Formats: sequence, structure tokens, C-alpha cells
Amino acid sequence: MSETAQHSAHHIDVKEFHPRARAAIHNPQIRQNFRKAMDGLMSKRKSAFEGWDLETLRDLGANIRMRALANLPDLLEQLEQKLTENGITVHWAADGDEACEIVRDICVARNARSVIKGKSMVSEEMELNHYLEEQGIEALESDLGEYIVQLAEETPSHIIMPAIHKNTEEISQLLHDKTGTDLSHDVEYLTANARLQLREKFMNADVGVSGVNFAVAETGTLCLVENEGNGRMTTTVPPCHIAVTGIEKVVPNLEDVTALLALLTRSATGQHITTYFNMISGPRKADELDGPEEVHVVLVDNGRSTIYQDDELLDTLRCIRCGACMNHCPVYTRVGGHAYGTTYPGPIGKILMPHMVGLDEGRHLPTASSLCGACGEVCPVKIPIPDLLVRLRQEAVDGDKLHPAKVRGHGAKRGKVEAMIWKGWSWMHARPGIYRMGTSLGARFRKLQPGKLGGWTQYRTAPKLAAKTLHERMKERSQ
Amino acid sequence: MSSRDTILQRLRHRTGGELTSPECDFSVLNRPEWSTAEKLDMFEQTIESVHGEVHRTTEADWIDRLAEILQTRGAETLLIAKEHEIGKALQSATKSRGDLPQLLIYDEPVESWQESLFSEVDAGITSTRGGIAETGSLILWPSVDEPRLMSLVPPIHIAVLKASELYTTFHQAMRSQNWAAGMPTNALLISGPSKTADIEQTLAYGVHGPKELIVLVIE
Repeated sequence: MSETAQHSAHHIDVKEFHPRARAAIHNPQIRQNFRKAMDGLMSKRKSAFEGWDLETLRDLGANIRMRALANLPDLLEQLEQKLTENGITVHWAADGDEACEIVRDICVARNARSVIKGKSMVSEEMELNHYLEEQGIEALESDLGEYIVQLAEETPSHIIMPAIHKNTEEISQLLHDKTGTDLSHDVEYLTANARLQLREKFMNADVGVSGVNFAVAETGTLCLVENEGNGRMTTTVPPCHIAVTGIEKVVPNLEDVTALLALLTRSATGQHITTYFNMISGPRKADELDGPEEVHVVLVDNGRSTIYQDDELLDTLRCIRCGACMNHCPVYTRVGGHAYGTTYPGPIGKILMPHMVGLDEGRHLPTASSLCGACGEVCPVKIPIPDLLVRLRQEAVDGDKLHPAKVRGHGAKRGKVEAMIWKGWSWMHARPGIYRMGTSLGARFRKLQPGKLGGWTQYRTAPKLAAKTLHERMKERSQ
Repeated sequence: MSSRDTILQRLRHRTGGELTSPECDFSVLNRPEWSTAEKLDMFEQTIESVHGEVHRTTEADWIDRLAEILQTRGAETLLIAKEHEIGKALQSATKSRGDLPQLLIYDEPVESWQESLFSEVDAGITSTRGGIAETGSLILWPSVDEPRLMSLVPPIHIAVLKASELYTTFHQAMRSQNWAAGMPTNALLISGPSKTADIEQTLAYGVHGPKELIVLVIE
């Protein structure tokens, strides 16, 4: 476990990526836990798509998401109208803080003291648990992985499997220490105990908070994808249900959901479908016998409308949060989710978080990649993640004349010396005479070349200038 | 200006170029037309691969099978609907036979009996609006008569599925039943018992919902 993982996200300095990554790489437990899990997930995904025309399906997924984004403001208004007609109250939040306040106000109006939560990455983004605790409202996670992470006072290390960084032994010890269960490697026993403890909580919770996988504008339907049933409990048992979602999760038609669901569960965990696909279109009707009497939706912006401004960065918003990019990422697999210090780790985190925390804070994120391209190849909605990583790297050193930097905190990595070197480089390359003189001087005095070149030679040997320049060799050949 | 208006205005007046709406061709989801027998085989195979249990039975025999299944599990109580034909058939059957568990009818708001629903009900039986062969899924639209928690809280969920109501894909089911025309307050696809792999990817069943999902297929 990395040291920082023990603190709430509030205290994590995103900039300190390197020390965290180094610590994780030298932690055999972390390496083993992630390697094992990611290997399993990759092979499950592969077999789940057998017999499918995957490229065409991914094209469809990408087109559905692009169509939704192309009509985003209209769709959000349509969604709001349909949800309202269905009896669901719609709220809008500019950022995480405002979203937290909206949730608090609903709780206060209902005199609610306890909140039970289904899995929601947007609520992690909002740091909702922390906020509610400060307001004296208990917030308890009910997804088993999230529950474990909350007991450990950590943050999720994977967006689909939050406790993937821990093995059974560590979890057994944690549950023993925090909830008094016997020390046991019997996963069934550990799970059964969590069921007992959480059932009590479901019955007594005043409010249930969930995320949303897809919000359908046409019918005003909130779709939730899950295996455990805690999502159904959260949205059915307490008298009030609050769903929090990013504004980009809207799709125009119910039909769209069929293709996205087929891509989501197979990409995420290699399942044909999850145990539950829960479609909520309204609170309990007068004659119904269960279900929440109140349903609220909080549409959270938190930087998304800024990403939306740029034609290239916009693709970031296609994401359906399957986690396949992290499962296939050689960097994520080695350093684990906590090293990033961000709500969303892995490749999607590297292209999304700089917008949320600023490129000054998140300056190292786009560079934590070998640009191998695996993330882009497996993305079910074809987000060109490697291209976006390169774009953000350019933004971090302040772009150029053709691509002026826009992202908040841009230019944070721009160094005077490096900028000067590249300026000189481009000046020299635009002048053939000086270029030839430069290369021939380089060849002549190559013994004087320094052996250490900063970060470059930390893990590599320095490149050596050749004894003869290419021009000289070509001349020799033609003689 | 409200956050709503700020967000919508920012989205409407974006600085980038005009966004185009690509065509969406759903034909990649199409499957060949399968016979009912093929769909049933596929359904059975898929749902059993995720720990669901399928029993093929008939209109005449399903109560016998149900009684057998519940007896092997030692279930003492079974939650049923008041008005649905399944509930009615069970109510009349129990008068003449002693091998069914005690029947509980879900006819009161959950608030008045939540505690016993959560701790004393061994099994619940619901109807379905059909099934999906490709993913091994049951379609449930909870209603006044068959409330949402019937299929969630008891440790055993028994679902009755007519083989003739099997669809090949989710897309086909949704289109055939014209869901876009209007959705109920809650609609569900259920594909197996509740499960988790959150502890080191080891599968465990019945984490929050039913530990067992038993499908009675009426052929």
C-alpha cells in the first residue's frame, strides 16, 4: 500500500506522482495484486467479444456517443423535461462543491441523518462522503469493494473494482479489525458478513445516493449497471433516492443503451451482461408498495463544459467508464491506481483529470504513458487516448503557434533551457548551411558529448553522435 | 445566472466548430432468426454459466416442480403476488396440497413489514415479461402487484418465464415491446443471482440480492 493511500483525496498532491509510482513499483504486493487482476480482466474481455464484429460494434458505440455530444444541450433539456414529467426532480451543479450542497440540502429538508451509497465515481469526484461527514450526515458505501475501501479509509484504486489493490488476506484482516468478523480466507464467509451488516443499514438509511451509467433523454430513464444488487437496494429501499451524474452521460434514445451496455460490461469485466440492469423512470406511484417516494437527479458539470469547447478534447467526454483502458495499460498495471493520486486513474484519468485539477497540478499525468496505444485500441467508444495524451503533453509545455494551449494550468512544464534548446534547434534546421556546419562540428567533437542527459539517461544510455554525418557518408557513396 | 443556465449557455455557445451527428447503424446487433427451441437452449446455457438455474416445465406441472425445488432448499415461506395468475394459482393449490411453503402475499406498503421482509422471507416468485437468449436475461417490470423488492430481498428468487416470450437480443426485445413509448417506474434485466468479485476477483453469490435465481420455463 502506498503511504498516501491512507489519506483522503483532500490531502493528495497530484504533482507527487513520481515518488508514489516509485514506491508502488518497489512494492511486490501491489505489483502482484494488479498483475493478477489485470491479466484476468484482459483475457475475460477478449473471450467475451468472441464471435462479435468488434470493430463495427465499437464504431456504433463511438457514433452513439458522438451523436449524443453533438446534441448535448438539447438532450440535457429534453432529459430534464422528461424526468420532470416522470416526477423526478432535476438539479444542476456547476462543480463538485455545488453538487455536494445540493445533496446536503435534500438531506436537510428530509431531516436525513444517514445516507447509503451505491457505487458512483462522480460522487468520488465530488468527495461527497467526506463532505457529508463534515455536515454530520453518515455516508456509507454499500458496493462491497467501496465498503472495503471506505473501511480502510482509502480511495478506490480502479473505477470498476475499487479494492483491487488488496488481496484476500489484507481484506480479511481489515474486516476483522473494523467489523469484528473472524480472520478467514473464505470469501463467501466474508461476503455473507458484509451482507448482514449492510442489510441493517439499507433498512435504516434515510437517503440512497447512486451514480448513473446512462441517462435516456427520450423516456427520462436512469440506467444503472451492477452485479451485487446494492444499487437496486440503494435506489429502492430508502424513501429518497438521489442520483448524481456527469452531464455527458445522456443519450438520445433508449435503443442506444442496448449497444452501449453490450460494450460496457464486456469491456469492463468480460461479462455478457451484469446481473442487474436497472432502469429507473420515476419515484413510487401512489398505489405502488415499494420504491422511493422522492427521486432527484443532480447533473454535474465539474469541468465538462470546458472540455466540451475544444473539438479534439471533446472526445474525452465519450467515455462510458468501463475501465478497459486501465486494465490494458502497462503503466497502470505496474503502479496501480493510487499512484496517480486522482479520482480516475489510468489512461482515462490521464486525459480527464488535468481538466479537473488543472495541468499545473496534473502536469505529470499525460507523461505517465509509453504511448503504446493499447488504451486506444480497446476503448469501446474509440476515444483516441494516445492522441489526447500527446495533445496534453503539448499543452503542458504551452503548445505552439498552430495549437495554442487552452487547458487550465497549461505551460506548467515549460522550462527555459528546454525552450531555448528547441528554439535553437528549429533555427538551425531552417538554415542548411548552419545545419551542415552544426552536424559536422558535432561529429568532430563527439567525444565531448556529455554522458548524462538528465531524465533521459536515468533509464537509458545516451545516444551517441556518429563519427561522420549523413551528408558526408552520402557524398562518399556517390563517389 | 443559475448553474443550469450557465452550463447550457456554455454548451450552446461552444468555441469549437460545428459538431456533426453521425448516423448510428444498429445492424451489428442483429442475430439470425432463431427458433424457440434454439433460443431456449441459448438462454439456458448463458444463464447457467452465471450460476442461474433453469427448470423446463409445463403449465400443468410447474407447481409440482416449484414445490420440489423449495422443499430441497427447506424454504418455509414464499412471497407471492396477490392478483397475478401465478399468485392466484398458488393460493388455490395450497388449499389442496401440503408440500408448498407458507405463502405470504405482498399486498401492503413495505414500510409496514420491512423488518420481516428482510429477515423472514425465504423465497419470492415473480412473473417476467420475457427473456433474452443472447445474454441469459429475464425482463421484469415490477408493478403494484409485483413490487420491486420481491425479486431482490428474499435469498431465493424464482422467476416464471414462458418459452414463447424469449427474444434473441435485448435490442429485439426492446423494439418488439416498444419500450420507447413509455417506461414503468422501474424496469429490470436480471441475469443470474446477485454476485461480487470485489475480494480478489473471487466470485461470491448473494452479496446483497438473492443467492439463488431459479427460472421455471413454461414450454
